[in-house]
Amino acid sequence: MNTLIIWSITLAQIVLFVTLAPLFASWVKRIKCYLQNRRPPVLLQPYRDLRRLFAKEIILATNASIIFRIAPYIVLGTMIMAASVIPLLIVQLPLAAMADAIVLVGTFALGRFFLALAGMDVGTSFGGMGSSREMTISALAEPVMLVVVFTLAILASSTNLSNIVSYVLNQELVFRPSLLFALFALVLVGIAETGRFPVDNPDTHLELTMIHEAMILEYSGRHLALLELAAQLKLAIYAVLIANLFFPWGISQSVTPVALVLAALALLVKLMVLGILLAFGETVMAKMRLFRVPTFLAVAFTLSLLGMLSFIMLEGR
Amino acid sequence: MNVYADLPLLQQGIHTLAALVLVSSFALLAQSRVVATIQVFAWQGFLLAAITALVAWETDLEHLYISAALTLVLKAFFIPWLLIRQARKLGILREFDTIIRPGITLMVAVSLVIFSYNVVLPIQQFSQSVTRDAIAISLALVLISMLMLITRRKAITQVVAFMSLENGLFFAAVSATQGMPMVVELGVAFDVLIAAVIFGIFFFHIRDSIDSLDVGLLSRLAETDE
Repeated sequence: MNTLIIWSITLAQIVLFVTLAPLFASWVKRIKCYLQNRRPPVLLQPYRDLRRLFAKEIILATNASIIFRIAPYIVLGTMIMAASVIPLLIVQLPLAAMADAIVLVGTFALGRFFLALAGMDVGTSFGGMGSSREMTISALAEPVMLVVVFTLAILASSTNLSNIVSYVLNQELVFRPSLLFALFALVLVGIAETGRFPVDNPDTHLELTMIHEAMILEYSGRHLALLELAAQLKLAIYAVLIANLFFPWGISQSVTPVALVLAALALLVKLMVLGILLAFGETVMAKMRLFRVPTFLAVAFTLSLLGMLSFIMLEGR
Repeated sequence: MNVYADLPLLQQGIHTLAALVLVSSFALLAQSRVVATIQVFAWQGFLLAAITALVAWETDLEHLYISAALTLVLKAFFIPWLLIRQARKLGILREFDTIIRPGITLMVAVSLVIFSYNVVLPIQQFSQSVTRDAIAISLALVLISMLMLITRRKAITQVVAFMSLENGLFFAAVSATQGMPMVVELGVAFDVLIAAVIFGIFFFHIRDSIDSLDVGLLSRLAETDE
């Protein structure tokens, strides 16, 4: 009986994660509109877009291969798998044992690989350009992500996300330079990986600047809906990772209704604040030239490396 | 492993600031705009002053407050102001300095940090000071400043590197032995001040003789015309 409850909560958490991901993207867009003196669309607009796209017919290029057709499912599948191992409201759920943080990085890589393949599949120049840019950026972003994971893993003596979150949650108030730098590095990587300003522009189809949009340019209908949902889910995953790894206060350690409600409220507040910060950052920053992006990621890499080094030098006594 | 969490918050603050000093030295190394380099240098001086004041608070050593105040006035305000003024007069404030092979420089800097950590490890184990973990960072600061000296082309950024090297020495003194004797510290502080002024005069001389502050051009100077 008890196992049944825990498993149903696990499933509910995944469903919640996937269904609420568009809401976070919409929230960021809304704040951005306010900051730029524009009228925002209603908060549920992403759901309307998804419904419209699901209803539309799929138009395939004549030379599209099977890769092109299965890629959306794989991309969304990897994102849902990633979402299922991240502690959203409760730590130490059974699925958390399925994959640790290194597998999470690998899962992202798998999704990205298929997205890049799909971008090149039809043979248009935009798709290939987008794929090549995406792979350039991810080749630089992945080491940063891994070093951040290693720093946290040394700290908590575990690569499991649930263990790390419990460890950070249960320590008393500590200034840790390593965590500070890991946080900044993860924020920079998150910005690069989810295609936000100043690396990529999520709103435009301007050919010179786009990365993610270039890869999915040939998609339509249901496939496009799946890819849009995957992108929104990825943004939400990074936001939840940042919120729960570094500010885990409020996350529930037991399965009681009160703790769950508190955890949900805490998560809501954290994500709202993160969304406001992201929108603010996107409003004050200009998009960077593509050739400046490696510098941006070099900063992230240095920060993550310094995080690990300062842990060893200053905190490892 | 958990001992760090048991330290008082003040000491954790000192450690965090020390790590930020390390970040500032990396920022100096990677920053190519002249004005931004000077600003990062000012921040480094500010962080050092804050660390010195915290160490003084922690150890109840009054003379460290004087060092902190000197550092704050000289390195966070006066010398950056002087450098910015000179750069403005020379018209190079908005210019860019070329950094030779940024990627490799970065990797070398990281290996210098690891190197200095390993070198300092034996000293660290015998020291009783609250800041013994920061000795490695101060040595790394010195080494990274030396690296910056050899990877820069403009005289003004080289001077910033030199000053940052002095920051590293000062930080080493504070973290290893809670500061040098007051006479030495005052002497060094005024030396640095005089150096900043003399460097300023030299900028103008270098520019007058080779029409640029790019010291790479100095190697073309020859005694005789061939």
